Amino acid sequence: MSVANYFDTMGYGTAPEADKEVRAWLKTHGDGFGHFIGGKWHAPHSGHYFETFEPGSGNKLGKIAHGSSEDVDLAVTAAKAALAPWQKLGGTGRARHLYALARMVQRHSRLFAVLEALDNGKPIRETRDIDLPLVARHFYHHAGWAQIQESEFPDHSPIGVVGQIIPWNFPLLMLAWKIAPALAFGNTVVLKPAEFTPLTALLFAELAHKAGLPDGVLNIVTGDGATGAVLVDHSGIDKIAFTGSTEVGRILRERTAGTGKSLTLELGGKSPFIVFDDADLDGAIEGVVDAIWFNQGQVCCAGSRLLLQAGISERFIAKLKRRMETLRIGDPLDKTIDMGAIIAPVQLERIKKLVEKGVSEGAELYQPSGTLPASGSFYPPTLLTNVFPSSTVAVEEIFGPVLVSMTFRTPDEAVMLANNSRYGLAASVWSETIGLALDIAPKLKAGVVWINATNLFDASVGFGGYRESGFGREGGKEGAYAYLKPAAWAKRKPRKLLPELPQAIEKQDGFEFPEIDRTAKLFVGGKQVRPDGNYVRPVLSPKGEVLGEVGEGNRKDIRNAVSAARSAEGWGKVSAHNRAQILYYWAENLSARSDEFAQTIVKITGDSKSIARKEVETSIRRLFTYAAWADKYEGTVHAPPMRGVALAMKEPIGIAGIICPNEAPLLGFISLVTPLVAMGNCVVVVPSERHPLVATDLYQVLETSDIPAGVINIVTGNSLSLGKVLAEHDDVDAVWAFGSAELSAQVEKSSIGNLKRTLVDQGLETDWYDPKAAEGTVFLSHAVEIKNIWIPYGE
Amino acid sequence: MTSLVSLQTGYEKVGDGQARNAPRAFDVGWIDDIRINLSAVERRSGTLPGRRTVKNEAQAAWLLKAITCIDLTTLAGDDTEGRVRRLCAKALRPVREDILEKLGMGDRTIRTGAICVYHRYVATAVEALGASGIPVAAVSTGFPAGLVPHDVKLREIEASVKDGAQEIDIVITREHVLTGNWKALYDEMRDFRQACGKAHVKAILATGDIKTLRNVAKASMVCMMAGADFIKTSTGKEASNATLPVSLVMLRMIRDYHERTGIKVGFKPAGGISAAKDVLNYQFLMKEELGREWLEPDLFRVGASSLLADIERQLEHHVTGRYSAYNRHSVG
Repeated sequence: MSVANYFDTMGYGTAPEADKEVRAWLKTHGDGFGHFIGGKWHAPHSGHYFETFEPGSGNKLGKIAHGSSEDVDLAVTAAKAALAPWQKLGGTGRARHLYALARMVQRHSRLFAVLEALDNGKPIRETRDIDLPLVARHFYHHAGWAQIQESEFPDHSPIGVVGQIIPWNFPLLMLAWKIAPALAFGNTVVLKPAEFTPLTALLFAELAHKAGLPDGVLNIVTGDGATGAVLVDHSGIDKIAFTGSTEVGRILRERTAGTGKSLTLELGGKSPFIVFDDADLDGAIEGVVDAIWFNQGQVCCAGSRLLLQAGISERFIAKLKRRMETLRIGDPLDKTIDMGAIIAPVQLERIKKLVEKGVSEGAELYQPSGTLPASGSFYPPTLLTNVFPSSTVAVEEIFGPVLVSMTFRTPDEAVMLANNSRYGLAASVWSETIGLALDIAPKLKAGVVWINATNLFDASVGFGGYRESGFGREGGKEGAYAYLKPAAWAKRKPRKLLPELPQAIEKQDGFEFPEIDRTAKLFVGGKQVRPDGNYVRPVLSPKGEVLGEVGEGNRKDIRNAVSAARSAEGWGKVSAHNRAQILYYWAENLSARSDEFAQTIVKITGDSKSIARKEVETSIRRLFTYAAWADKYEGTVHAPPMRGVALAMKEPIGIAGIICPNEAPLLGFISLVTPLVAMGNCVVVVPSERHPLVATDLYQVLETSDIPAGVINIVTGNSLSLGKVLAEHDDVDAVWAFGSAELSAQVEKSSIGNLKRTLVDQGLETDWYDPKAAEGTVFLSHAVEIKNIWIPYGE
Repeated sequence: MTSLVSLQTGYEKVGDGQARNAPRAFDVGWIDDIRINLSAVERRSGTLPGRRTVKNEAQAAWLLKAITCIDLTTLAGDDTEGRVRRLCAKALRPVREDILEKLGMGDRTIRTGAICVYHRYVATAVEALGASGIPVAAVSTGFPAGLVPHDVKLREIEASVKDGAQEIDIVITREHVLTGNWKALYDEMRDFRQACGKAHVKAILATGDIKTLRNVAKASMVCMMAGADFIKTSTGKEASNATLPVSLVMLRMIRDYHERTGIKVGFKPAGGISAAKDVLNYQFLMKEELGREWLEPDLFRVGASSLLADIERQLEHHVTGRYSAYNRHSVG
């Protein structure tokens, strides 16, 4: 077009970013990319390659190796070999390498940005202005953690060889989020990039090698889901870190169950974007743009559910439609577009189908008038109104540029609608009233809450979800623990099998004058209740004497206990000071009856009097410890690079199921229950299967200690079967299971329904008397969710 | 007579008969529910320059358009008639003819949007610009501090209009904003508007003085309610001048006002815009926030003195492929 023409129309024209350097690099791998293993390129063992395409045009970009088990094996072996020297480098040594990686990323940032835009289809603006700066920042930040690791994490050690599987929506950024902390803390990595977007990972590996990263520390194996499965199953892997769909996350939880591999999952979402009537509406409109039309909406934390206060809804939607008209969609390398291409035709189809479904269910569709590029996978920004919580499009993660909008009347209703989801990744709250915004943020079930902002990320601030959005955090100090394990736990040995109990000795004949019968029932909702099945199980002493009978709890008892726990959720909002007082009171009341409890322990376990006394004393001390922690295990204030703060708040997880181990029936119980209760969770406890009577004796102590009804519920019975019911229960948010390896495996495996958090011991026995292994932050960290609330400010 | 004719020609090409803003009843409700979030404003204004760019022919066209929106300004204590005449000559021929020819724009009339001077030089400028159609804008009302008596301000406006000024850039009394006395601001502005008669009035908010974006937004709305034809950021004499965040807020108020009344009010950032790439960012902001119409001089002006020279260099670079130098372009 001529100058005169532009002068009259004032159109933008195109502004393509040059891709010459990237094409030249691709040419150097024209014969196909190998895997990058042990510092070298390796052709795929199978000889199989697949193609990667440019979503913006549909053209082929490169030949990618398809990883097989041999390739994965080679990579894991290389990572294992690199582990010891990498750890021996120490924090300072690793810090230098991470620093070098940060510098490397900055030196080559344009090359990465262009390659990423080509391979993924996202706008060059985003790769250049958002992804790449965040990548560099992640390495700088974690170079820092490596430097101070020894002083900041003295009680933790690296996990080992980490398998990492990353998605296609932020290929390089997710690589950074994964490998920076893993490498910083002394782990080595086998990373599988997404099938659609392997190129920036390969470029990264090549340049990292040139930047001096030791061979084998970072290995890249490319491939599809099958390659990923091989990696997950590999016995040489100590941990799997995954970002991707909730569906695959479930599979990974199931596959790694009982293997002892640690697992962190960053999964899907359907995040609410809440606009109150006192918000800066124009600001919120731009927030929506950044929430759902960033990266074509292919963002796990995309604000895809717009919740508008009724009074402003009409005006807001009008503003939004106007704004949508100005969004420009086109060639990802065009510097003057807002949205690029959808990753692949298959995703495009999925988006189309879901939108059609939404419309068929009554949603009103709005798409701006502009035309889309003729080739490549493009989808317009889309708004669906007349949507209700029951609509498919309000429930399903669409993973595309599709926003659904609903209205609410009151703040309470906003929270209710926001939390009406299986997911819990992120939320955005818009209000100019500080009291309102800060009241709403803690009530949202989401790992990240942005106040008057959206899609803010930083290496210093943890990112990760509640509920079915996964577990574990990435970034910040909270993210460090995803790549560290408590040193004290490394010393745990497999639990010795308890000797089989002898046959119950029948009571001798005769007319002994009986003690007054004490019937141990279950403890549910603050009341002692009969088990639903109305069966009992005998409790034997080591010699086989029948010491009593306890209720045989079943699934319905668990159901009742969970619902009692849910009704007691207010416990999480009680002040930490109050919770501490109650734990102290519990300790006081237990102390008053310590002789009696010691005697019981002697009777049921056959332990010596001194051991029994020690168990009671340690239990009382542990109660004191967690009473102490109750108001001291606090959140942190992060300082991301902006004018504002991010509050990392520690919140109760919700309802936790606890399976107590057979050993140390009182101390084990207290060690597991109190950290959860101190942090505001409500629990359903299955006490020591063999020695439940200590727990049932606790009912009266609990009743006199002002513990609100429903906060602690106790169901006696079979550990394995009750553990399964708890792990499967979709209204239970966490399960801690200590006992046999089989129990651990089963709990992990059964937890996939709602992807609850699990803490299991894999059949390794904890020394409940060793405070390093059995109390404090190692347990507290599993008793909370960390929610990061971003609060930009300024007038 | 000349001035009246040129007043019309100055606007007819884009005016399409649209209604001029006029004072309406003061309604505090229009400012009470204004909410501005600084961080959100900064994010939008900070990312827009990365979202929009123009290259090659488009860039040359946008820069030429920018020239037509410049209020070529001299507001210095050492201004003289001679200085003003020199500036007017530049306004009439802002770009070398050979450059325009090479851009394929030789047949178009490219002139600045206006000449902006103190009252003392209005008559000089009117005479120098003749029948060109370039309007003369006078800064007024005790510019820049605006602390002379109210009736003096009105007389100053009237005097400038009498001398042929077709545009009056008034300054508001910042105290009214800083004390939240919106009614007083409204009354003042309405008086100014009435004193201007047929001349168009630009309300300078002195955003560097009133500080907060909330103040900027409310002052914008009040001035529009009282009949301002343009709202303008700065005198160029405050500690901080036009910025993208401040402009974004003012544009959003213009949009709100348009939604409420159907009336289109213009915008003029002033002070500190001296590079071609800076003015492009303002143009992007105008187009994105308000639309195509707001890119023409009837709704967009840029108060600048050195911007034109940089644009000329960019245009020459566009036609020659070589970086240019200031001395190759005539001074204004």
